[in-house]
Amino acid sequence: MAGWLVNGAATVGAGTYFGWDGFTIQSGNLIVIAVMVILFILALLLPFPGGKGRK
Amino acid sequence: MSTRAKPAPRLPGQDADAGTWTDKARRWLLAKLPPDKLLPGDQPIYVMSWAYVFGMGAVASLVWIIASGVVLGLNGPQWYHVSPLGGFVNSSHLWSVELFFIFMVVHLWLKFWMAAWRGGRVLTWITGMLSFIVSIVAAFTGYLLQTNFDSQWIAFEAKDALNSVGVGAWFNVANLGQIFVWHITLLPLAVGAVVVLHVLLVRVHGVVPPLDASEDDAQLRTNTVEVGGNPPGAGLPVAPATSLTPAEPKDAAR
Repeated sequence: MAGWLVNGAATVGAGTYFGWDGFTIQSGNLIVIAVMVILFILALLLPFPGGKGRK
Repeated sequence: MSTRAKPAPRLPGQDADAGTWTDKARRWLLAKLPPDKLLPGDQPIYVMSWAYVFGMGAVASLVWIIASGVVLGLNGPQWYHVSPLGGFVNSSHLWSVELFFIFMVVHLWLKFWMAAWRGGRVLTWITGMLSFIVSIVAAFTGYLLQTNFDSQWIAFEAKDALNSVGVGAWFNVANLGQIFVWHITLLPLAVGAVVVLHVLLVRVHGVVPPLDASEDDAQLRTNTVEVGGNPPGAGLPVAPATSLTPAEPKDAAR
């Protein structure tokens, strides 16, 4: 019973952090924010399938 | 033996208004949200843009969050912490939450820069913000239920803040059973209710037109004439988005 608890605890790591002049962010959070910004830009730029030719 | 006249059967569509609260509620609901606005068959042409996709992406994610959450709740922690299938469903619950927040934030950004509160849509905007805030609380309780060192750290970092604002007794992050009930009953109901209200308000007022849709835009002008009194763009859509019209043979060929 305690085995999976110990194994589970072993998977918890400190993570990778990036920092610039007092600003620190964890890699997972940075990736999520980057994905959201990319999706925002793509939503504005990419044509919608099926929309071409419609008036 | 007395005879009583049998009341004539009521025909469909015949007004049966007895002035009761149910009659008034029905009249109000039908005036606010007639069936063709609740379940429209088409949408304005400007909806065919990726900028109008992310709200429904968030709703789709929420559906999976609730479905996987029901499975997790029915099987219990011993299942989802130990068995491979339980671990998979647990992970899909987490990742659908990640997608839910990603879609919701992109939806928020797009609607902010579109000034989506225009045309009497302030309540739609407010319910959207409310759903975002309530979802953060629901996700927070979910992270507490991981029952690992991360959740322990989060709980004991949060408890002082919650105690300082006086809600620690009813929202005790160190009480796993209480947080479990918050997470699987109260908060999902709150998120679901606010999201349903938000979607219904979108149906009532219609999707917000883009900023560059001018007042003399054919669709908006037709809408204004159709609904009468409602702001431009708030009425029924006029351009088919999902069905093809005979006037568009090029689309039919695709």
